[in-house]
Amino acid sequence: MAGLGFACLVLALVVCVYGIGASLYGVRSGRPEYSESGRRSVYALAGVLSVAMLVLEIAFLGNDFAFNTVADTSSRTTPELYRAAAVWSSQEGSLLLWAWLMSLWSSLALFLTRRRLRDVAAYATAILLGFGGFFVALMVFYANPFATTHPAPPEGVGLDPLLRFPTMMIHPPMLYSGYTLCTIPFAFGMGALLARRVDADWIKAIRRFAFAAWLFLGIGILLGALWSYSELGWGGYWGWDAVENASLMPWLTGTAFLHSLMIQEKRGMLKVWNVSLVLATGTLAIMGTFLVRSGILDSIHAFGGHTLGVPFVCLIALMITGSIYLVVSRREMLRSEHRLDSLLSRESIFLANNLVLVGLCFVILWGTYFPLISEALTGQEASVGPPWFDRYTVPLALILVLLSGIGPVIAWRRATFANARRNFLAPLACGLLALAGLEIAGVTQKPLALVMFCFAAFVFGSVGQEFFRGTRARRAMASEPLPLALLSLVRRNRRRYGGYIVHIGIAVLFVGVAASSSFQHASQLSLRPGQSTRVGAYEIRYVRPTVTITPRYDEAHTGSTVSFGGLLDVTKNGHHVATLNPSEGFYASEEASQGSVGSLIGGQPVSHVAMDASLTRNVWTAIEPDIETPSLKRIITAGNNTLPPSEALVAIAYLARAYLQHPPPTQFNFLVSPLVFWIWIGGLIAGGGGLIAMWPAGGWAAYLVRRRVAVRSRARALRGLARA
Amino acid sequence: MAFLVVLLTLALIALVILVVVAPLRRERHSEQAKDGVDLASASHQPRRAMAVSRIADLEAAREAKYREIRDAELDFRTGKLSREDYELIDADLRAEAIAILNDIEAGN
Repeated sequence: MAGLGFACLVLALVVCVYGIGASLYGVRSGRPEYSESGRRSVYALAGVLSVAMLVLEIAFLGNDFAFNTVADTSSRTTPELYRAAAVWSSQEGSLLLWAWLMSLWSSLALFLTRRRLRDVAAYATAILLGFGGFFVALMVFYANPFATTHPAPPEGVGLDPLLRFPTMMIHPPMLYSGYTLCTIPFAFGMGALLARRVDADWIKAIRRFAFAAWLFLGIGILLGALWSYSELGWGGYWGWDAVENASLMPWLTGTAFLHSLMIQEKRGMLKVWNVSLVLATGTLAIMGTFLVRSGILDSIHAFGGHTLGVPFVCLIALMITGSIYLVVSRREMLRSEHRLDSLLSRESIFLANNLVLVGLCFVILWGTYFPLISEALTGQEASVGPPWFDRYTVPLALILVLLSGIGPVIAWRRATFANARRNFLAPLACGLLALAGLEIAGVTQKPLALVMFCFAAFVFGSVGQEFFRGTRARRAMASEPLPLALLSLVRRNRRRYGGYIVHIGIAVLFVGVAASSSFQHASQLSLRPGQSTRVGAYEIRYVRPTVTITPRYDEAHTGSTVSFGGLLDVTKNGHHVATLNPSEGFYASEEASQGSVGSLIGGQPVSHVAMDASLTRNVWTAIEPDIETPSLKRIITAGNNTLPPSEALVAIAYLARAYLQHPPPTQFNFLVSPLVFWIWIGGLIAGGGGLIAMWPAGGWAAYLVRRRVAVRSRARALRGLARA
Repeated sequence: MAFLVVLLTLALIALVILVVVAPLRRERHSEQAKDGVDLASASHQPRRAMAVSRIADLEAAREAKYREIRDAELDFRTGKLSREDYELIDADLRAEAIAILNDIEAGN
């Protein structure tokens, strides 16, 4: 079956090359049948890569260790669900996932535009097939997911223990969907420039895909943050890791684009800015993909792969030079049709918001790539850590939240000062009330967090006012009861009110970030059973050690041979709050030199954190048990010297008993963080708002089938537009 | 097993070719059905395509203009625009929409 998989890749490459040629020939020679054939090449690519994906999935689920990727990332003891997801845990499998998702989304985009934008779509087809061909070529020539070894090893290495976490199963598909969806607006943007059709239609065609890219990237980023917080042993959700930043940058420029495209739709302005944003977003998405595959990063996210760096650099260079050339050469047709009517207008606020978002992106870009470039040039390792990022991103984030509260209460085109004064009263009052309340509560030690809370309250006030006034207006017009008026208001103005809900979600998320990072209580110390420590308002007592031995083929567990942990009792003011059991799993290694017993626990240990999460605070713990004490090492050494591999688990049992009977002092990491939960809730609210904003008016069925709603006759339209 | 793989591969190749080449076969059949090449029709195709593109752009602009008119009304009803400003803006927007409709009509 590996042969079928590789044949699919070769066939996909041929289809890409043909499709590029057919699309370009079709559009240049005015032969629509060739453009159509090119479009069908994208469908064929999706079909062929689906077969390839199926072949690889079957190999993983069937434990076919003849496949190198299966042997390197899966095992018989890996639970089935994780085995299914292990397909994309390797460089090769993730390339296939990327190409497959891109082909699916491209097929959808080209299907939806099959009757319009013929020339733009033809160029877009060629570009999308170019991306597809690039990734398929990487697999064919550099990183073949269907490479095999004969005879096949009897067992695989197993999935990286850090990836045995539910959100890690869907984090890559979500993130890659976001990345690949970014290529759709890029391709159509380039197509519009190549076809010299930069008016309203191409923007309308790609708007939902830009929104979908934003949504999926956001979900992927949030899932990654959740995994980092819940699985990794450092207790944080965002570390300004290069790969995290790489996913955030296209999300920021994508957010800017979703705002500024409204200005282009309404006023025919910002054409150069918008097309530049679209091209930048697509390029940043590819750069993000490059970072994890180039071998320049040593990170949990990275796949290594030194051989892939050069092809990616060439592709990125081509994208950047091509984008700059087209924008500069088409600048005459990208002139704005109108000017800004007033500085006091929603257009101005959107412009300011765009500048902040792009500024944030630039800061992150600089902080991410400067150390890498510096190291490449000077040979000396350079690093830019969280304090550097926080210094510049926090003020920008504050401005962003403030603007997200100002925008909703300002009119399009122009607003008067009198109107603005009246509209700002309630939101301002909310902000000031929040300030007063926090002052009374004594929450003043962290001024930046205080400012964020007040700005968030301002946002809640402004959006709340919008919903209130809009519902009131709807009731006055349609005499509907309150709940129906609210639903009608949102249904008839999905973009606006969906966007408002996104603003609420982002404000909630930033409240969670500000609170959890500014008011966190942390403690790292060594405890013996019976000892306690105080962390914030909580008393944490180390009750007793725990050990769990996992038989080698127990598929219900995380795959560790043995986990050493500790039972903790958490109380507040004498009242029991939670019982926590953090542990550290010790995994088998392939190093025979470690001995029969040593190799059972000589692999990379993985922390399994324990936390008590609530709406108001999280109590988070991690443990680093010491199994290197002289008495425990003696057991391991004795086992290595006397026991064959098949009986080595006996020594593990002795080790466990010794640990329980004479537990050594154990290193604990405690964190009490307020409002962490609201980060995830804020993300969910923002995602829900995004879904509402991109929901088509007639429903998805009508949108996909593109039923032609009867267009009003010209006379009726004119009567409706002309004032009596 | 190897025979099955070869068979599946060949079937996949055949299916891909069928799907991808179908438009070219359709076009060849329609050309063969005509009596000679209609030169006049062929020369009008690029202009027709441009006209269709122009109409599509205008239709997108029309929908955006209708949305702007609704947004302006909502801004007025939610107190963000004074009545005087709203009437001015609304008149401008309606005039712009009528101009777009006229352009669409002319294009058709």
